[in-house]
Amino acid sequence: MTQTDVEVTGHGTEQYTGEYLLEVNNLKMYFPVNSRGIIPRHVADVKAVDDISFFVRKGETLGVVGESGCGKTTVGRSIMQVYKITEGEIMFEGVDLAKLSPGRMRRMRRRLQMIFQDPYSSLNPRMTAGSIIGEPIRIHNMSSSRGDYVDQVEELLRVVGLNPYMRDRYPHEFSGGQRQRISVARALAVRPSLIICDEPVSALDVSIQAQVINLLEELQEQFDLTYIFIAHDLSVVRHISDRVAVMYLGKIVEIATREELYENPLHPYTRALLSAVPIPDPIVERQRERIVLTGDVPSPIRPPSGCRFHTRCPIAIDVCTEEDPEFREMGGDHWVACHRV
Amino acid sequence: MATETSQPKVLEIKDLVTRFYTTDGIVKAVDGVSYDVHEGEIVGVVGESGSGKSVTALSVMRLIPPPGGRIEAGEALLDGEDMLKMSEERVLEVRGAKIAMIFQEPMTSLNPVLTIGRQLTEALETHLDMSREQASNRAGDLLDMVGIPDGRNRLNDYPHQFSGGMRQRVMIAMGLSCEPRLLIADEPTTALDVTIQAQILELMQRLNEELNTAVIIITHNLGVVARYAHWINVMYAGKIVESGPAETIFKNPRHPYTIGLLSSVPRLDEPRKAKLDPIEGMPPDLMNLPGGCSFRPRCPFAIDRCAEEYPPFELVDGTTDQHKACWVDVTQVSAAKAGSDN
Repeated sequence: MTQTDVEVTGHGTEQYTGEYLLEVNNLKMYFPVNSRGIIPRHVADVKAVDDISFFVRKGETLGVVGESGCGKTTVGRSIMQVYKITEGEIMFEGVDLAKLSPGRMRRMRRRLQMIFQDPYSSLNPRMTAGSIIGEPIRIHNMSSSRGDYVDQVEELLRVVGLNPYMRDRYPHEFSGGQRQRISVARALAVRPSLIICDEPVSALDVSIQAQVINLLEELQEQFDLTYIFIAHDLSVVRHISDRVAVMYLGKIVEIATREELYENPLHPYTRALLSAVPIPDPIVERQRERIVLTGDVPSPIRPPSGCRFHTRCPIAIDVCTEEDPEFREMGGDHWVACHRV
Repeated sequence: MATETSQPKVLEIKDLVTRFYTTDGIVKAVDGVSYDVHEGEIVGVVGESGSGKSVTALSVMRLIPPPGGRIEAGEALLDGEDMLKMSEERVLEVRGAKIAMIFQEPMTSLNPVLTIGRQLTEALETHLDMSREQASNRAGDLLDMVGIPDGRNRLNDYPHQFSGGMRQRVMIAMGLSCEPRLLIADEPTTALDVTIQAQILELMQRLNEELNTAVIIITHNLGVVARYAHWINVMYAGKIVESGPAETIFKNPRHPYTIGLLSSVPRLDEPRKAKLDPIEGMPPDLMNLPGGCSFRPRCPFAIDRCAEEYPPFELVDGTTDQHKACWVDVTQVSAAKAGSDN
């Protein structure tokens, strides 16, 4: 493949027709820890993401779940090239993003966008909704005239269920759910093919979460979008994802289609996570077996030897403390990294 | 499970009204709330942001910040003694000793410059007149009780040396240090991961059973309280809109808001729905509530009368302990509605 030779024009790489919109190979993202003192020395690394590989098919939603500190947000940001990644390949529409120059990457960002968790801090309080949504259109020169620009902004507001007359309002005049709609409109403005949603609903009230999820699903269909949906809420992830990756301490421990993962979870961590999700029904809840994991997630600076989950795993055996389990396919698109499976 | 309601009342809130006077207007945060908590009972108070669920608890704790916040009416009887009429001195005696509260953010509610040990012993020395040594012994026991490994040796650690789950355990240990009659937990697990959330809830249930401490769990997540609560109060826009035994509320919710809350969350134990059923519209603006029922603008069942009068909080027909504030009998409407919707 001569991926780096593909011309990235102002219009990105729409002509890409491969099956995998995104293919991440052996991604590592280490953050250096420096000693304090006059001359800081590099003493250790926080291995936020440690050698993971996965792909995303065109038009699908890949859910990424895990607890805080598992590296799920870092994966999203690494794909966006927010960081200079430590190692690995990020093939997006046939182009390795990690190898692009900053200028070409900026043009490429038109094709992949991100939505953040907190709609209170991710919108500039001094910009109106209209200019927040319109900014990417201006940056990427995507309007032919002033009138066209205004039309596009108003259309985007309409598309996300807001009223076009709201474009002159400031973020504080909107509720949380409406602000998240503005974030969605901004992401849509440049007509991307991939949107990375990092906990897009977890800061919202329960009744509003469902509105935003429905909106994301409608837009996916309407604009042929591909999503990476990063979240800690497993019920929400089940609802929206086609396939789901489970992360623990910088590694993907299991990845499978939605039905497989929720009906037939193989990794003990996935099972524990699923059993911990509360179900709003006292009768069902009281009869459920719950696997309560002991302890906390270990430090990613010094992850445990062997399988990283062995310190909390209810079924760990000797080999788990010594050897890192291989990530292998169990058939039917179901991958897992566990010695006991 | 209904046995708790026959126990003596630990807390009796009657017609509580709390308002905040701001430059933009008056916020009716709590507007006539009444509920009881019995000995050994776990009460879940459920509602979204702005429902008044936390402000009710803060009012009871006498933690409403002046001058903007004012408790304007009502009573909060803790073992028969009105918290709202107590002198400041008496409040300081009672708070921590008989009634304690833990908060959502274990990261910000511990003092970062005091050791964990000191924060635990402070209450013990103040309320139980323990010596330093007795108090620090007890503090070690408390950390063991809430499941912090090697707790005794961690008394000299500072909060930043603890993880989020461990800090919440410390908060619970602080809350329970003087064996209060009532523990109020305001979103105790919202900032925590699911596996840690399960640990904390199991812990609270165990302590409720062992120490017979009554517990109020305030949450926006109905799932969190389903397993543990005996009684549920659902709040919306400063009022309780539905209450009853947990099983009844989850199985036969009668207020459209409760129904909406339950159906808007995807459930792991049910087949995946093609589309979620959100509650339409926005959370209420407490400065600008609509006339009549506050939920009316978002309510799929609303009738003309809902715009005119706020419905009384009444016993649901055919039940002995479920109450709701709604003009509509949803059981009559939902059959017809289900037909037209699908």
